[in-house]
Amino acid sequence: MVDGHKPPRTKDVEHEQAAFASRTFALLLILAALICVLIARMVYLMVFKHDDYRTLSEENRVQTVALAPTRGLIYDRNGVLLATNRTVFSAFVIAERTKDLRTTVAEVATLLELSEDELAGISDRLATPRRPLAPVLLKLNLSPRERAVLEVNGHRLHGVQVRPSTIRRYPFDAMMAHVVGSVRRIADGDLANRDARRYRATQFIGKHGVEAFYETSLHGEPGMKSVEVDVRGSERRELSRQKPRNGQNITLHLDSRLQIAASAALGQRRGAVVAIEPATGGIIAMASNPSYDPNLFVTGISADQYAELVNSRTAPMVDRATRGRYAPGSTFKPIVGLAGLALGITDWERTIVDNGEFRLPGRRRAYRDWSWKPGNSGGQGVVDLRRAIYRSSNVYFYELGSRMPTDAMPDFAAQFGYGRVSSLDVAGADPGILPDSEWKAGYRGEVWYPGDNVNMAIGQGDLLVTPLQLATAVATIANRGRLVPPRLLRSSDAPLAEYAHEEIVRVSAAALAEHDANAQRRELQPEDWERMVDAMEDVVHRGNKGYRQNGTAWAHIGRDIRYRMAGKSGTAQVVGIAQGEEYNEDELDEYQRKHAWFMAFAPADAPQLAVAVLMENGGGGSSVAGPVAREVLDAYLLPRIAEEAEAPLAQANAPGEPRATGESGDAMSGRS
Amino acid sequence: MAQDYIRTMPVGISLARRKLYDVHLDPWLLLALAVVGVFGLVVLNSAAHGDRTILNNQMLRLGVAFGAMLLAAQVNPRVYLRWSPALYVAGLTMLVVVLVVGTTAKGAQRWLDLPLLPRFQPSEIMKLAVPLAIAWYLHERPLPPSWRDLGVSIALFTVPAGLIFLQPDLGTALLVAGGGMAVVLLSGVRWRIPLAGMGLAVAAAPLLWLAMRDYQRGRVLTFLDPERDPLGDGWNIIQSKTALGSGGFAGKGIGDGTQSQLEFLPESRTDFIIAVIGEELGLIGVTLLLALYLVVVTRALLIAVRAQDTFGRLGAGGLTLVFFAYVFVNIAMVSGLLPVVGVPLPLVSYGGTSAITLLVGFGIVMAIHTHRRW
Repeated sequence: MVDGHKPPRTKDVEHEQAAFASRTFALLLILAALICVLIARMVYLMVFKHDDYRTLSEENRVQTVALAPTRGLIYDRNGVLLATNRTVFSAFVIAERTKDLRTTVAEVATLLELSEDELAGISDRLATPRRPLAPVLLKLNLSPRERAVLEVNGHRLHGVQVRPSTIRRYPFDAMMAHVVGSVRRIADGDLANRDARRYRATQFIGKHGVEAFYETSLHGEPGMKSVEVDVRGSERRELSRQKPRNGQNITLHLDSRLQIAASAALGQRRGAVVAIEPATGGIIAMASNPSYDPNLFVTGISADQYAELVNSRTAPMVDRATRGRYAPGSTFKPIVGLAGLALGITDWERTIVDNGEFRLPGRRRAYRDWSWKPGNSGGQGVVDLRRAIYRSSNVYFYELGSRMPTDAMPDFAAQFGYGRVSSLDVAGADPGILPDSEWKAGYRGEVWYPGDNVNMAIGQGDLLVTPLQLATAVATIANRGRLVPPRLLRSSDAPLAEYAHEEIVRVSAAALAEHDANAQRRELQPEDWERMVDAMEDVVHRGNKGYRQNGTAWAHIGRDIRYRMAGKSGTAQVVGIAQGEEYNEDELDEYQRKHAWFMAFAPADAPQLAVAVLMENGGGGSSVAGPVAREVLDAYLLPRIAEEAEAPLAQANAPGEPRATGESGDAMSGRS
Repeated sequence: MAQDYIRTMPVGISLARRKLYDVHLDPWLLLALAVVGVFGLVVLNSAAHGDRTILNNQMLRLGVAFGAMLLAAQVNPRVYLRWSPALYVAGLTMLVVVLVVGTTAKGAQRWLDLPLLPRFQPSEIMKLAVPLAIAWYLHERPLPPSWRDLGVSIALFTVPAGLIFLQPDLGTALLVAGGGMAVVLLSGVRWRIPLAGMGLAVAAAPLLWLAMRDYQRGRVLTFLDPERDPLGDGWNIIQSKTALGSGGFAGKGIGDGTQSQLEFLPESRTDFIIAVIGEELGLIGVTLLLALYLVVVTRALLIAVRAQDTFGRLGAGGLTLVFFAYVFVNIAMVSGLLPVVGVPLPLVSYGGTSAITLLVGFGIVMAIHTHRRW
């Protein structure tokens, strides 16, 4: 074994064996030391860092999933659904599960005959970052046929899923779009002022109208479930669950039948109708024309459709009823008359001669009557306040306005809800502009001229109001001076978070208090209100009296009326007409024509409904807006009158008119 | 050769031990390896999430591996001595061939398709051939080796390790080099030589960096800072440390490790199975397994000390150190002490190749122990 070679050194077997043993022993010590290094590492990880790593592993394992609450339903006062939820089936794709994403999407596009628009939408959604395995919407709201097609071809479409989801449905389509509003897909910034955690499972958020104002209550509180997930995010088992608290159902004052009537009365014309129950402030109808189908925003609207809506000159997306600002024109006159009475600078007996023109002392500028024509100054002759209302004498109010102290008129008008938001729950309601000297100094940097009083006395100048504000003002007159804040909510299952009623009333009262100092030198007597209402009744009912003796609206709406209506027309200039020039409708662009107003309430002695009508660029108030107001009041009152006539006997036993139910309903009957 | 190896047997031992000696098995080594194997099956059963086929496959593979060990133990060590150079040359040739025509898998050329043979990795052979070949080379030379012999010995393991590194397979290269270095150390070179070698290696590290492929560099960078790419390169090591750390002292219980059961831990049945052990059985389980490995290594080194010639001593010692290198590199890698290299945990990780190689190695160790001329 050891021989055979002749190595330079000989092999010393004995020594070698001993050396190997010691060397091996040393090596074993090294190996044991290395094992100790490993154990030390394990002790470090498993004992000293245990808490950190346990937390990490729990974060891996447990995921909290938000559960979407069901959105509350919206009813009208008769229990008719204005906004409801329905289950639809939609196709989704999970990109990671497809064999080839592009061919799969192309295949689905062929099967479902998707349009270019829809395909572009899919590309957009696929391009936005998402968590792994998140489903991406291919098509919302599949028809039964489409579902069947996907079902049949399911084996070829790996990663394509059909899932149910709940979406909003607005049965009245465009008719309620502005007042009820709609939900839209949550976009960037929508949650800036909200608790984003509440929306983790939610796809839609209320935009505009009731849907926006009562968003918090309608949305409800999301639930939570904690689930154990694997590395792909797939749920393995549920660890705990907290049910979502569904959104509250709410009932509005709106009467869908009256809304239908108002929409029908507007027809295809641009304009707005607001109808308020004076006693409660309840908004019974609020229509704005043209409108749009809110369902489009739920099921998906194409870029072209959206651009068309937004860019249309008719502005269908603008809620004219709450956000349209218009000069009130002659509808402002009853308020100016009441201000004159309150200030003690006029009374019911005082008369002036209206020869069609008014000049401020020492000035050359002529303020003209509405009946002025070149060669005929017009004018209403001898007028007192009553005649000034039913004939709508400009000169009477020019003269009255010119004698009012600066700011007395706006301060008085604020009591009718002008220049502020007096509504309680109308989303985005515009305060309009009630100009006074302070406003003018700030806005125009000019002092308040006497001429400003003159213009304002016939509802022109810088004064701008919304149809909702006009309805509020006429309801206030119907209530003989008591402003009941307008409201949409009639009742709800429980008090609503948004309904900080006390707060709104307090803020509103504070705004009003600023004006109080100038507003009233003398309490208005009940008699003053009744006589003003009488004068407004004359606008509608005084007829067959001859040239320049009839109410301005009588010929248009007063001949065949079956109840007592108090009203006032108004016509608001859109463009300035130069001194001495005639307003010639035919020469003006459609959008430069005058706006037509009519405000009314009925029955005059026990008002059930107050209505404001605006016809944008409609022309004459009495002739164009008056009939619309009449139609709306007819639709509301005639069935009631018929009912009362038929059932005087049954009345003793019949249950009364359904009252506003629920706590919040009662809480709302506040006074202003 | 005047004397042949003859079968001998110590007197005064039990019947059972005698029976095992009859079939050339060492009871202590066999017992320790079997316990590791059973331990591995228990953990693998948990990591398989109740997939019976995985367990059955692994039992079959371990059976084959233990059978291979039994066969290897029957062969006279003289045969190993005679054939070591041939095995080494054949292995080296195949390493060259595989670099030229090898089958590519996962970006590395490691596999060789030969007719009539299952596809295999030539580098696997070298884990046995390198220590045996160096032992053969030093067998008849005086020890401690001369400078020339030392140079040849070092070349004998650096050349194949280099070829394997080029495939590229850093893990196996480390194991082959480790086995070779162990033989050189055991040959009695003065300590200052390996220490100087280590110093040289540290100095050469930048050169190694230049020779690395991108994915290897990525692994090193990730090793230094796993948070560099927590969802990519860093994922494995973050999840394995989380599994180990969350296991704590006593573990979450077998089958209750969330990191492995919910598949956050990648490769939980193969290279990263020690993390499953740590998560489910805790520090106790890991320490127990390390103790078992230490028993295996201690017993095998004892056999080496008792071996009757230089080839037996160096061969048995080298093969044992290859086994230890597996254990250390794997656990150090999973616990974040070393970069991630593809080295399985001996007899525990799912897979048959390494088990067969290592148990054949221990079969040779047992052959050296039980074929004696007293």
